[in-house]
Amino acid sequence: MHNKSVAELSKELESGKISSVELTQQFLDRLKSEDGKYNSFITISEEQALAEAKAADAMRAAGKATAWTGVPFAHKDIFCTNGVRTTCGSKMLENFVPPYDATVTANFKAAGAVCLGKTNMDEFAMGSSNESSFFGAVTNPWGDKRVPGGSSGGSAAAVAARLVPAATGTDTGGSIRQPAALCGITGLKPTYGRVSRYGMIAFASSLDQGGPMTRTAEDAALMMNVMAGFDPKDSTCIDREVPDYTATLNEPLKGLKIGLPKEYFSEQLSPAMEEQVRNAVREYEKLGATVKEVSLPNAKLAIAAYYVIAPAEASANLSRFDGARYGYRCDNPKDLMDMYTRTRAEGFGNEVKRRILVGSYALSAGYFDAYYLKAQKVRRLIQQDFINAFKEVDVMMSPVSPSPAFVQGEKTTDPVTMYLEDVFTIAINLAGIPAISVPAGFVDGLPVGLQIIGDYFSEARLLNAAHQFQQVTDWHQREPQ
Amino acid sequence: MSISREDIEKVAVLARIKVDDEQVSALEKDLGNILDLVDQLSAADTEAVEPMAHPLDAVQRLRADEVTETNQREAFQAIAPATEDGLYLVPKVIE
Amino acid sequence: MQWDIVIGLEIHVQLATKTKIFSGSSTAFGAEPNTQANAVDLAMPGTLPVPNEQAFRYAVMFGLATNAEIGRRSVFERKNYFYPDLPKGYQTTQLAQPIVGPGHVDIDLSDGSTKRVRIHHAHLEEDAGKSLHEDYHGMSGIDLNRAGTPLIEVVTEPDMNSAEEAVAFAKKLHSLVTSLGICDGDMSQGSMRFDVNISLKPKGSDTLGTRTETKNLNSFRFMEQAIAHEVERQMDILEDGGEIIQETRLYNGDRDESRSMRSKEEANDYRYFPCPDLLPVEIDDSFIEEARARLPELPDARRARFKEQYGLNDYDAGILSADAKLAGFFEETVEHGKDAKLASNWVQGEFSARLNAEEKSVAEAPITGAQLGALVTRIADNTLSSSGAKKVFEALWTGENDNVDAIIEAKGLKQVSDTDALEAMVDEVLAGMPDQVAQFQGEEDPKKRKKMLGGFMGPLMKASKGQGNPKLFNEILLRKLGG
Repeated sequence: MHNKSVAELSKELESGKISSVELTQQFLDRLKSEDGKYNSFITISEEQALAEAKAADAMRAAGKATAWTGVPFAHKDIFCTNGVRTTCGSKMLENFVPPYDATVTANFKAAGAVCLGKTNMDEFAMGSSNESSFFGAVTNPWGDKRVPGGSSGGSAAAVAARLVPAATGTDTGGSIRQPAALCGITGLKPTYGRVSRYGMIAFASSLDQGGPMTRTAEDAALMMNVMAGFDPKDSTCIDREVPDYTATLNEPLKGLKIGLPKEYFSEQLSPAMEEQVRNAVREYEKLGATVKEVSLPNAKLAIAAYYVIAPAEASANLSRFDGARYGYRCDNPKDLMDMYTRTRAEGFGNEVKRRILVGSYALSAGYFDAYYLKAQKVRRLIQQDFINAFKEVDVMMSPVSPSPAFVQGEKTTDPVTMYLEDVFTIAINLAGIPAISVPAGFVDGLPVGLQIIGDYFSEARLLNAAHQFQQVTDWHQREPQ
Repeated sequence: MSISREDIEKVAVLARIKVDDEQVSALEKDLGNILDLVDQLSAADTEAVEPMAHPLDAVQRLRADEVTETNQREAFQAIAPATEDGLYLVPKVIE
Repeated sequence: MQWDIVIGLEIHVQLATKTKIFSGSSTAFGAEPNTQANAVDLAMPGTLPVPNEQAFRYAVMFGLATNAEIGRRSVFERKNYFYPDLPKGYQTTQLAQPIVGPGHVDIDLSDGSTKRVRIHHAHLEEDAGKSLHEDYHGMSGIDLNRAGTPLIEVVTEPDMNSAEEAVAFAKKLHSLVTSLGICDGDMSQGSMRFDVNISLKPKGSDTLGTRTETKNLNSFRFMEQAIAHEVERQMDILEDGGEIIQETRLYNGDRDESRSMRSKEEANDYRYFPCPDLLPVEIDDSFIEEARARLPELPDARRARFKEQYGLNDYDAGILSADAKLAGFFEETVEHGKDAKLASNWVQGEFSARLNAEEKSVAEAPITGAQLGALVTRIADNTLSSSGAKKVFEALWTGENDNVDAIIEAKGLKQVSDTDALEAMVDEVLAGMPDQVAQFQGEEDPKKRKKMLGGFMGPLMKASKGQGNPKLFNEILLRKLGG
């Protein structure tokens, strides 16, 4: 069962060959015995999962089943789950059990899905290797001592290792796509505003977006059917019709115009990686697509703009973690200032502290114009590049990361080295457009991802393109040993 | 661009994060590297470019003025570090 | 040296919405601590703000009433600082693009002149919670019920030059927002709070001096005292050759003392930036027109109408029109009491005095305008003497009885206006006081005659058991005595 996709499990449940309680128990048993190797979960919520499975079976018996009813999955530990610990990978929230659900969490509950637990992640989603988690690093199932990418590293590793068929992720600068690529799975970052951010612990509000992490594009479409949609609780969520993302998966790709941004095939990309990506593009040509080179002249400024905007927003978003109302509080504070400064010094890890300090600095008197305002202007230039390119092509294709999964500890000495890991993904968040990472080959036995970038609200087209590719390739079916 | 120890100490106070001398030294290097990266921005010609705060040119929706919340103090205070008589307790506030 | 006083005000006005500015929690005053603080108000992880339409409507109404430009596109920003009553670690407020732009308010001064005070802008923001300083094992208690209550902060230009002008402006603003119905105006509950910016400059100089800000004054009296206190403090410093430090000060009204709040201001750098959880708010013509249609009669217009419709003088009309609730009470009294002048006297006199004495607001008054109107009717038609009227008022106020006529009946307060009966009483009294009658008739001085006439009234009132109509007694006496 553990090798089956969400679509397949859904059919098994529908046929009555297995109940959700049985299926859930099988997945829980496997998860408990296997995850020691990966550390991909922070919390396994066995009791709640079995209760949800029981409810799912009842839901099915009552004739109210959806495609998700009774199907196990996991949430990145950034989505608040009522009654289940939600840590965001931080000591600050080590014992935080929210009395409320994120909208995404509530949507999966309403569909009858069974959440097995909460997956590991970089602390407050700040990282590209999952090494900044307070709950320890995650191991990539494809290679001992290799990072799974980040920040949704736990979700990616769990899906790759067949511990769950699907998991939620969030993507602020590449946090769904890069770990998906490094773990050989499929990951979609939707258009900003497509998925509610309510109850999804904020890193950078204008960039964060939740999305699916699955083995197949079809499963990602099934997840999007649950995740996407308007939420009156999120002011930045867009009130726009949600299509059935599975309905257009089989559309032919003949005539699809693909653009290859020349800036994304630069010297940062190793020749071996480039070869895999170009091979994947050739598959699309075989499916009837046409390919041309496009240019994103300001893309090279994306990392710089991002490392002003994201830390600036984060510096304010993380001020609420002050030890007063919930979460960690230092022992025996001698006064108010001591409570604040020690709680935050002890509760946050180094990367989080660095980003809060950079963000506070960029917003402080005398630097606001040179940093924050300038970055916002560059952000518009970057967005304009994409708008212009989409006048010529339907989608763009590029690598996801400059190299495959690297060895743990390799990029932790200088934060900037780690930041460059997101060089091909970050501009997409700044523009707010959707992009999907699809397994597209291997280099040295490690998975390589293809990034397909679409215009605003073109998730259905991206899923269609990914699905068609997965009909003619089997990279996404490869299983780590 | 480099950042001075004084700037780091100042910004750490603003952000309410305690840093010791050793950490300030490490931060001097790390934040200096990050700011060097960020300084690429200064090369961009942004004359007459409108700052972009949001990816989508959407307008704020407004909510009807209707009470939708009920008292959940017990649930919220069950996860609080210190409470008494329904109040959150913090070290003495001096105005 | 002679000094010019320069005063600017920042006024926090709590909006009378049902719910908070960014959440659906109730804003009702007086609830148990933290029972009206939900996940959003507590800044629980992942929670997000959604703005309240009514807060915008009220702010637009304020803008229209102060002749201001309405911000067609307003933007919320985050003002970053740590304080236990500020759950998110930033206050969501407006800075560069507020909802209300430049406007003005005209104030009346005691010398009869009118002065225009310019409003720089007014912006929407969220209120903070409260820190309770009672000792909880050496700790403070935080109540976040107030956190997120919508405020408009009104910022004036430094157009006022005396405590009188500042207080007149504050009272005018109070009158305006209560008339608009956008604020309950209850200062004792913090519904309006004033920050006063004060500086001095040598008389006639064009250069503004260094200013101080005195924060959180919540009564007109404290505001007046605080200004007097701060002006004196600055004058002393300047005349001793010292310099004013730009700082925030806290005024203690009970002790008439102030002190610097520098501790709080130290190293403050608020790092404002647009709130990424909120989008720009666009106000279109239809929203503005709908708000305009809701504008009630404003105090200046009401004052003019009271003069016109009820024949009140400017002073009475001014007092009765300033407060919307008092104005409403007055109009209800007139409606049931016919005689506007008499109604005005009773509303401003006995009624207001009683409210003041018991520290009650008009809304808390135990009597209605209709009851006072019925009382006024019985005064006007001579049923009640003024002393009888006071007894009826007392009975109404204490709730002894709610019907004026029933009280008059029960207490036997009806004046005797039957001329024959009164005449008989006069005859009897005069017969018993021959010496005084002779004295009166022999007196030439009208003043003394008037005083002597009063000497007959006591026995007459006694004879009538207090129910004789004094006016009629007077007429009969004069006739009988040949006055």
